[in-house]
Amino acid sequence: MVSFKINGETVQARQGWTVLETARQHGVHIPTLCHHEAVEPSGACRLCVVEVVQGKWSKIVISCMYPVAEGIEILTDSPRVKNVRRWILEMLLAECPGSKEIRALAAEYGVSASRFAAHHPDEQCILCGLCVRVCKEVVGVSAISTIGRGVHKKIGSPYQGPAEACVACGSCVTVCPTGAMRARLDAVRGEPKVKLAHGAK
Amino acid sequence: MSNISAVPQPWAERLNSAADLEALRQRLEAGQDPNRPEIIVCHGTGCLANGSPQAAEALKKAIKDAGLDAKVVPGIKITGCHGFCSRGPLVVVRPQGLFYQRVQPEDAQEIVQTTLIEGKPVDRLLYVDPVSGEHIPHEKDIPFYKHQERIVLRNIGKVDPTDLGDTLVRGGYQALAKALFSMTPEEVVQQVEASGLRGRGGAGFPTGRKWRSALAAVAKKGGPVYVVVNGDEGDPGAFMDRTIMEGDPHAVLEGLILGAYALGAHQGYMYVRAEYPVAIKHLGIAMEQARALGLLGENILGSGFSFDVQVNRGAGAFVCGESTALFTSIEGRAGEPKPKYVRSVEEGLWGRPTVLNNVETWANVPQIVEKGGAWFAGIGVPHSTGTKVFSLVGKVNNVGLVEVPMGIPLQDIVEKLGGGVPGGQPFKAVQTGGPSGGCLPERLLDLPLDFDALTEAGSMMAAWASAACARCSTASARARAASRTSWTCAAWPRPSRTAPCAPWAAAPPTRCSPPCNTSRTSTWPTSRTTSARPGCARTSSPTA
Ligand SMILES: Cc1cc2nc3c(=O)[nH]c(=O)nc-3n(C[C@H](O)[C@H](O)[C@H](O)COP(=O)(O)O)c2cc1C
Ligand code: SF4
Ligand code: FES
Ligand code: FES
Repeated sequence: MVSFKINGETVQARQGWTVLETARQHGVHIPTLCHHEAVEPSGACRLCVVEVVQGKWSKIVISCMYPVAEGIEILTDSPRVKNVRRWILEMLLAECPGSKEIRALAAEYGVSASRFAAHHPDEQCILCGLCVRVCKEVVGVSAISTIGRGVHKKIGSPYQGPAEACVACGSCVTVCPTGAMRARLDAVRGEPKVKLAHGAK
Repeated sequence: MSNISAVPQPWAERLNSAADLEALRQRLEAGQDPNRPEIIVCHGTGCLANGSPQAAEALKKAIKDAGLDAKVVPGIKITGCHGFCSRGPLVVVRPQGLFYQRVQPEDAQEIVQTTLIEGKPVDRLLYVDPVSGEHIPHEKDIPFYKHQERIVLRNIGKVDPTDLGDTLVRGGYQALAKALFSMTPEEVVQQVEASGLRGRGGAGFPTGRKWRSALAAVAKKGGPVYVVVNGDEGDPGAFMDRTIMEGDPHAVLEGLILGAYALGAHQGYMYVRAEYPVAIKHLGIAMEQARALGLLGENILGSGFSFDVQVNRGAGAFVCGESTALFTSIEGRAGEPKPKYVRSVEEGLWGRPTVLNNVETWANVPQIVEKGGAWFAGIGVPHSTGTKVFSLVGKVNNVGLVEVPMGIPLQDIVEKLGGGVPGGQPFKAVQTGGPSGGCLPERLLDLPLDFDALTEAGSMMAAWASAACARCSTASARARAASRTSWTCAAWPRPSRTAPCAPWAAAPPTRCSPPCNTSRTSTWPTSRTTSARPGCARTSSPTA
């Protein structure tokens, strides 16, 4: 067992746990977007940042991947953490102005506008890759992936057509934190191969 | 690249001991006549672009046309970048060491007639000192070269990078022979530790300490360990690593083999960006020639130690210079960084202990092993030992590549080596360290260039792209360009140390609107994930 402090309270964790897992175990709220217990964390959204204080110095880390260690002190809502989160939310707002969830979360931190230019007013996807990870790790088919890179990166299927591998399970839609995948699923799975129910031939 | 030097090509034989290597070196040396005229034509990227192949062709033709005495046929040697790229195409005539700049094919005949036949310099092709207006005939007297100390670049511009024989004559692979036959791996690590060598790729992490932790990780985990060369050099305007790989590939290779010997690695990788085709080609040729001679591969020099390398090409992403992204790229996946909070000496390539070092770092290793860590530690300043290669670009008179001892004041680089700002314009700032660095204004001109001083000033040594900017607009444009580049990585786990003049680092904190009362919508995912799903593997059982 490892014991350390979250917001001044001593908590216990197993070796190998992350700070986020421990915080949730103890009912401490840390906002996340790209994290889901069913898949490996990837640290894409950065929203789960916390401050680690160790003696005289402190640093900002992402709690969903930071391993617990004896004696560290975690602050989940320090002014520094809040400031970084506001930055992140501002960037997310510019990246996907179309997402109601992001707007609501940003408002919670007092961010209502972004100083970064938004190029796609209807975009909802934050490119967190959660859909890709669930498709690969849980469903095991990898029907979708990230395509392109940098500002051209997006989520899609091979050759951007209906994916042969897609089993139309909808797991990606379920885990998507912003609802962006809902609009994409039809393009990925294509026309259903077998039509069931009334009127099927 | 053709090699028409008169050195016999001895690749048929395989060397089986240090004595074999020494015998070959002596034979090659004996085959070289120090008085034979030799015309060196720079074939570095800058000079290639300026037309050095045409100049070389014209020189060959002129020598043939002049029908010079067959016994002393002057050789034409093709080399890597001499550093003074803005004056290219560069031609050096040996043995006199005459330095000709901006040589065009039309000048070939005059060079052959005046210099080779009459033994006089061609005045109009010489370098003219901008201050005194004097013609400077010899390379070593030109201010740009005079203030340099060349350790890493010692062979570049002197050897033909596609000819291993040439490197051997200049002492290549001597350090390897020394290490394999008279040093234990532990002693090699000790020498690197004693040298105080710090990584040239940016962070300046002590190389010896990195190797030591890798050894500790291997001792704990067992199994293979890898050595990797970081030749991704993505910083805009930087071409130090490129020049080293193109002009002296054997130095990198020898350094890597020495590292492998020290760490017990049997497989290495060179990750080189695909935009450097000449570097990739020269490294390939170097590896092939080294393998043929038994300097690489199975049972190196008959010592029983085996090690091989492969070159991986990067696919053109700046972030692939970052260790975890580089590893995923080598592993064949999209080159995206992984935030792991685990060091790559413990878990790197293929999840194994891995030592990743920059090209220049590796290229320093042979000299350290050969001359000893103490010798290296004596150069530079106490906590930043040795030399550093800098690309000097932007608004300076002498654009090019320089190597100077650590701790030299910034002013010397700008004024003495760089020749100051063109057109007598006032100096504004120097940008160092690429996208992760910062701009150093005039008041910091006396800053000593070492890792700690630069970090303290808010900039970075990094892979150096230095630009002395004359006007404010240029300085801020560069800062903007730099912050744009790091912008693509901002979503990734980089420490949030930003350049002091990156506009968004200096900006006031977030523009906050008045507190908003909107409550969280019910679809908000965190509310879904706060309670662990029963039976979920990740939440219920990360056991110790
Ligand atoms: C975004 C990013 C880009 C980097 N690019 C390079 C690069 O182009 N070349 C390089 O040698 N190191 C680069 N680095 C540093 C490497 O991650 C690594 O620290 C270095 O290669 C280690 O070698 P060294 O100890 O010899 O410096 C980069 C780091 C980051 C975070
Ligand atoms: S579609 Fe949803 S889950 Fe997939 S990357 Fe975009 S926001 Fe993340
Ligand atoms: S939840 Fe940790 S980075 Fe997204
Ligand atoms: S390319 Fe010839 S001097 Fe740099």
